[in-house]
Amino acid sequence: MLKKRDDFEDILEERRHSSDLRYALKCYTPVLYKGLSPCRASELKSMVLQSDQLQYVINQVSKEMGRTAEEVQAEASTILDEMAHRLQISTVRFFAFTLSKIFKTLFRSICVNEEGIQRLQQAIHEHPVILLPSHRSYMDFLLMSYVLYTYDLSVPVIAAGMDFMGMKIVGEMLRMSGAFFIRRSFGGDKLYWAVFSEYVQIMVKSGFAPVEFFLEGTRSRTAKSLTPKLGLLNIVIDPFLKGEVFDISLVPVSISYERVLEEALYARELLGVPKPKESTSGLFKARKVLSEDYGSIHIYFGQPVSVRALAEGKVNRCQFNLTPRHIPRKPGEEIQSFVNDLAYRLVRSQEENMVLTPWVLLAFLLLQNQAVGNERGMSLDELTEQAAWVRDLSRQFGAFLHWPESLCAGGGDKQDVLLFFCSPLESEMPHSAMTSEEELLNRAVIILSCASYRNQALHLFIRPALLAVAIQAASSNKKQEVYNSFSFLWNMFSNEFILCPGAAVQDFEEACYLLVKSGALQISQQEILVSGRGHRTLAFLANILDPFLEGYQVRKCKFPIEGAVELS
Amino acid sequence: MASNSSRGSSERHRIAQHRLSVIAGHLQRPLNGDTTIRATECKAQGTRPDVATEMKTVPRRRQEIMKWNGWGYNDSKFIYNKNGQAEFTGKRYRLSGMIIPGLRDWMESTFGATVQHKTPATPVLNTSAVQPPTLNEAFVEGIKSTGIPFSHDPEDRVFRSHGHCLHEIFPLREGKVGRVPDMVVWPKCHNDVVKTVELACKHNVCLIPFGGGTSVSSALECPPEETRSIVSLDTSQMNRVLWIDEKNLTAHVEAGIIGQDLERLLNESGYCTGHEPDSMEFSSLGGWVATRASGMKKNIYGNIEDLVVHIKMVTPRGVIEKSCQGPRMSTGPDVHHFILGSEGTLGVVTEVTMKIRPVPEYQKYGSVVFPNFEQGVACLREVARQRCAPASIRLMDNEQFQFGHALKPQVSSIFTSFLDGLKKFYITKFKGFDPSRLCVATLLFEGDREKVLQHEKQVYDIAAKFGGLAAGEDNGQRGYMLTFVIAYLRDLGMDYFVIGESFETSVPWDRVLDICRNVKARIVQECKDRGVQFQPLSTCRVTQTYDAGACVYFYFAFNYRGLSDPLHVYAQVEHAAREEILANGGSLSHHHGVGKLRKEWMRETVSDVGLGMLKSVKDYVDPNNIFGNRNLL
Repeated sequence: MLKKRDDFEDILEERRHSSDLRYALKCYTPVLYKGLSPCRASELKSMVLQSDQLQYVINQVSKEMGRTAEEVQAEASTILDEMAHRLQISTVRFFAFTLSKIFKTLFRSICVNEEGIQRLQQAIHEHPVILLPSHRSYMDFLLMSYVLYTYDLSVPVIAAGMDFMGMKIVGEMLRMSGAFFIRRSFGGDKLYWAVFSEYVQIMVKSGFAPVEFFLEGTRSRTAKSLTPKLGLLNIVIDPFLKGEVFDISLVPVSISYERVLEEALYARELLGVPKPKESTSGLFKARKVLSEDYGSIHIYFGQPVSVRALAEGKVNRCQFNLTPRHIPRKPGEEIQSFVNDLAYRLVRSQEENMVLTPWVLLAFLLLQNQAVGNERGMSLDELTEQAAWVRDLSRQFGAFLHWPESLCAGGGDKQDVLLFFCSPLESEMPHSAMTSEEELLNRAVIILSCASYRNQALHLFIRPALLAVAIQAASSNKKQEVYNSFSFLWNMFSNEFILCPGAAVQDFEEACYLLVKSGALQISQQEILVSGRGHRTLAFLANILDPFLEGYQVRKCKFPIEGAVELS
Repeated sequence: MASNSSRGSSERHRIAQHRLSVIAGHLQRPLNGDTTIRATECKAQGTRPDVATEMKTVPRRRQEIMKWNGWGYNDSKFIYNKNGQAEFTGKRYRLSGMIIPGLRDWMESTFGATVQHKTPATPVLNTSAVQPPTLNEAFVEGIKSTGIPFSHDPEDRVFRSHGHCLHEIFPLREGKVGRVPDMVVWPKCHNDVVKTVELACKHNVCLIPFGGGTSVSSALECPPEETRSIVSLDTSQMNRVLWIDEKNLTAHVEAGIIGQDLERLLNESGYCTGHEPDSMEFSSLGGWVATRASGMKKNIYGNIEDLVVHIKMVTPRGVIEKSCQGPRMSTGPDVHHFILGSEGTLGVVTEVTMKIRPVPEYQKYGSVVFPNFEQGVACLREVARQRCAPASIRLMDNEQFQFGHALKPQVSSIFTSFLDGLKKFYITKFKGFDPSRLCVATLLFEGDREKVLQHEKQVYDIAAKFGGLAAGEDNGQRGYMLTFVIAYLRDLGMDYFVIGESFETSVPWDRVLDICRNVKARIVQECKDRGVQFQPLSTCRVTQTYDAGACVYFYFAFNYRGLSDPLHVYAQVEHAAREEILANGGSLSHHHGVGKLRKEWMRETVSDVGLGMLKSVKDYVDPNNIFGNRNLL
């Protein structure tokens, strides 16, 4: 179960010792895709506009709408102008310089697994590469490009939301560093869809640069992975299914923040305070974050996933034999379910390689032992003891823990821990001058922030936790009964957590395996028995799901607000 | 008149005997009374051939002039000579007797195949390794009474137990022999075949027709599950041109004739069929019909299905043929198409009436260098769009271009090598072609001199639009010459741990580039995944153009040193490559046929109903599976 994981290297270390300017101006010769036919960003545009795919849709649209083909073509061209990136190495260098400065103030370290980088380099050379980072912060895509530049890899082209385009100057600069902008929704707009998909596919096919997008579609405000959006994934694997490229490598990237920049914002957003509109002035105002400590970042480049290997036996590529490939078609059921499985699999591998800090595990304990009314929380000693216990449990579950030596149970500098994990909360500590309403809001923000930290490790516990609740809920300890109630919960939460569609049985078995391994359960052919020391584990696990279960019982008015689900 | 004819016949007989002795002399074999080669006419046939009977290339004991465990003639092969240089032996080909200085380096750099690591073939067939024949006595008696020559000599039987797939030749080189036919018969004419088939039906023996033996689809392999006596029906002695009809430009030919003999005989009268598959030195007319063959000059003359006017086939149900020679008929589904591609599962093709053409006045080779394969394909596509393809146009990828280069014979004059150097300089330095990307198209024009030159200009003009540079006649001619010797090269490879094969497909134009790239990459990947220690050779060429697509030919070979079961690895890779072809919109086969090697994909290729249709034909024509080679279905 324990996965072999790579070691990390701190890339800020070198930045603190050598010139940022020299770094920004360094000789930059990234490895290119072997089949690359060199072209500039501007040539991409004419390739897109001339492509059979787009021409077909243009003719179709012009017939349907009764407009001339030229008009539609012109519209397509406008859409493309709005969308296209204008990757320029000078802008990349500018960002390399500025970001070095900013990152050094914000973060203690940016740790990258270098073996992952080597794998990525190999993958870029061999096949078109799609980078799929987790999405927790606006920082994600800046970080990605920064890291790739640092390691002399091609900076990716990044699918970004239209919101950024509204930012004066910054939007254009992002464009010049490889971002391309897509509308948030364009459901019925055939032409837009055609331009967009052709643009992305041409970049994939030509091996122009790695294409990067976020499977989750948007930043997860709760640090819990969002169920994947399939649109872009469908688009990028299409060239493989149609035989236009030999293979495509999908590289899941897990970016774990000790503390996300938007921490407090997210909590407020969840409470209904609207998201500030992306604007340059807003960005400027937010410079106060520069004075704070956001700890370390771990970026883990996962094992490249070969679409070819996964599609083997699942998708019959012959289905494209009988119609010209440039005529757009809705993907059939077979492909839909393949892409769906693929997407979940990728999000799961993002989750698995998330680095968890002690604070994340402590958040579980703190939230389970909140000071409510007269009940006081827990003492520091208690917390330390339990933290060690949770740490051991999570290790057994295969967690990717970043647990500083000084925190080893029994010894170490507890003050240090405390300092560290309290810092995120300090800013929200009640001041005497606050109204009671503000105080309530602040308290909610603290709890939600805590919940966000806890959520970072939910993937680790979710299957055993479902099993724990299932055991509690089942009428007997018969395996089948437990499975039935597990399956009910599993279905209910299938949109809440990353549970691969159709994998209830595997998930059940995985949960059983983990709990048997950790000594909490004994499982015979027919029955599931809780062992003596298993009660503590099961109670802890079941407790994790409590807020979610409560959230789902909205109609019982426990939480009479609509966002109850989001609350958790 | 009668005496006249008998005199004519004995005269011919005398001439034939004379020629035989001359050729036997060449072959350094005494011509004694009991030679197995006999220039006798088929008595059963009433009509006399119009065309002078001449010594034919294929004797009954083929092993006397052809390799029993390799390709082609015994006297022609690649070897490393005393100086360690590659040389092609014999006298038959333009390359014969020449030193090929680049070949050894190419073998070493491409495959890592060095002279030190040798895997020589067993020189002589160990006849004790051949299982004794299971004879059907009644059938043998029947054959004896008809006077049709037959044999159960192990060498004869082994020779007819295989085609030229790697997995057929490789074990033979190691002296391993599987199931072989129990007996070989040599009918001399249509009536002999009728008698043989009748006897086979009567005594329930399995018949496997054998033409040139150049199959690469396992079509000639004896099904191991066959318990009946297996009789190989060798058509090679049915090899006469029965008549030539100059008014209609047709010739009526016995189906056992092999390509080179057919062309030669027709040439004597000033005609040709223009059907030139790469195997034409050895493959037979009946084989072409039975596999839907394709010739390299099909752009002018058509493929076999375009060339045949009339077919006679002997089946267990009787003889099938059409009643007239109308050039096209609307009489329901064309029954010829049950025969074309039937791969010996329905009967034996005995006689064919084929279109013929006057021998072209003028032939010209040519070649064009393109900066890359993509441009080359685009050019071929444009040539096809304008329907101005020369008799033959082939585009080789870069690997094959390099390979062709390695096969250049030693140049005798300094002047030629200087010119070559100059050409190379011009193309790579002056025109900026990347030597690791450029590719070459070879061309063959045929027809009136004036039209050929005009045509040539048209094609070169198109090529120029795609960045193509004319690269001379020599390169073109060498390209076509190589197609005949390339098959010999596999034997050299097998002497040094290299195994390989070619396979083909046809594919719509828009998929040509994709299929080439993907199949080549798939081969490389599969080799890697299966533990092949050396980089494989994975290369392709576009060999035919059609209005709606092209025929693509792949070559695949690797050094198997370090593998415990190279044949199995080979089979797995080839299987994967075929899957890749199908997934990329390619066909199961363009002209090699299905045989047993590819029959697992027949259902998905022609659909359930399609397969059912074919089965029902088989069930009607041959309910007892007398033609039991189990190909196709």
